[in-house]
Amino acid sequence: MKITLNHTEETLEKENISISDLMAYKNFTFKMLVVKVNGEFIPKTKYKETTVSDGDDVIILHLMSGG
Amino acid sequence: MINNPEEVLRMNTFEKIKAHLSHKTVGIAGCGGLGSNCAVALARVGIGKLIIADFDVIDLSNLNRQYYFFDQIGKKKCVALKENIQRINPDVITESHDIKLHPADILSLFYSCDIIVEAFDLAEMKEMIIETVLTEMPHTPLICGLGMAGWGMNAQIHSHNIDNLYICGDEATEISPECPPLAPRVGIVANMQANVALELLLKDMI
Repeated sequence: MKITLNHTEETLEKENISISDLMAYKNFTFKMLVVKVNGEFIPKTKYKETTVSDGDDVIILHLMSGG
Repeated sequence: MINNPEEVLRMNTFEKIKAHLSHKTVGIAGCGGLGSNCAVALARVGIGKLIIADFDVIDLSNLNRQYYFFDQIGKKKCVALKENIQRINPDVITESHDIKLHPADILSLFYSCDIIVEAFDLAEMKEMIIETVLTEMPHTPLICGLGMAGWGMNAQIHSHNIDNLYICGDEATEISPECPPLAPRVGIVANMQANVALELLLKDMI
């Protein structure tokens, strides 16, 4: 399937994937994150049960300290 | 307040900007490097009202980037920032809150704001306000500062948006003992946040 991840097209072998598996696959190890799928905010508690499918627009924003 | 169309025609652009901004309110969550510099930029251009919040006290180590003065060390940041804003532009109404913000406070303090500026230092606080605003106040633009530690690397600093969530910074550098936050890059990002706020607030200017 093809998804858009952080504005870049990405091809994955699977037909769908959970947010947590996608993060593990991409090596996104940051603790502080903001996730949106097709414009909808996904809370941390739903990373395992939320699946990403073909054509989805996924934003995974890394948050770092500083200000 | 200026409502007479003939008077509007006679005003120069900056007068129009000031007249337009005088009806606008911006909430600033945190009065450190991002919050103090962003608040001052918005005060200079004539924002009507600022709602600022912070629980911290000014320390000597803050003066390498935060908009405070040596003789303000030991003062509450929310109090000192209000003083500094008043000295720059006494027309700005500043509502100052001495508080460590939690989700419920963000809703109660910032509900009337046209825009909210995220100006925390810690990533977990940034996450908290983004979650709160995206889920509870999705129609209010939130402008975040992400990644501004160190020095140089001007070209890495950028801004973009995901719907109503605006990001300013390099989205890469994290503060550490080897990569401290310093006035130039923190100031750039804070002023970039003010610039995004201005862009959004002036969209409907006549």
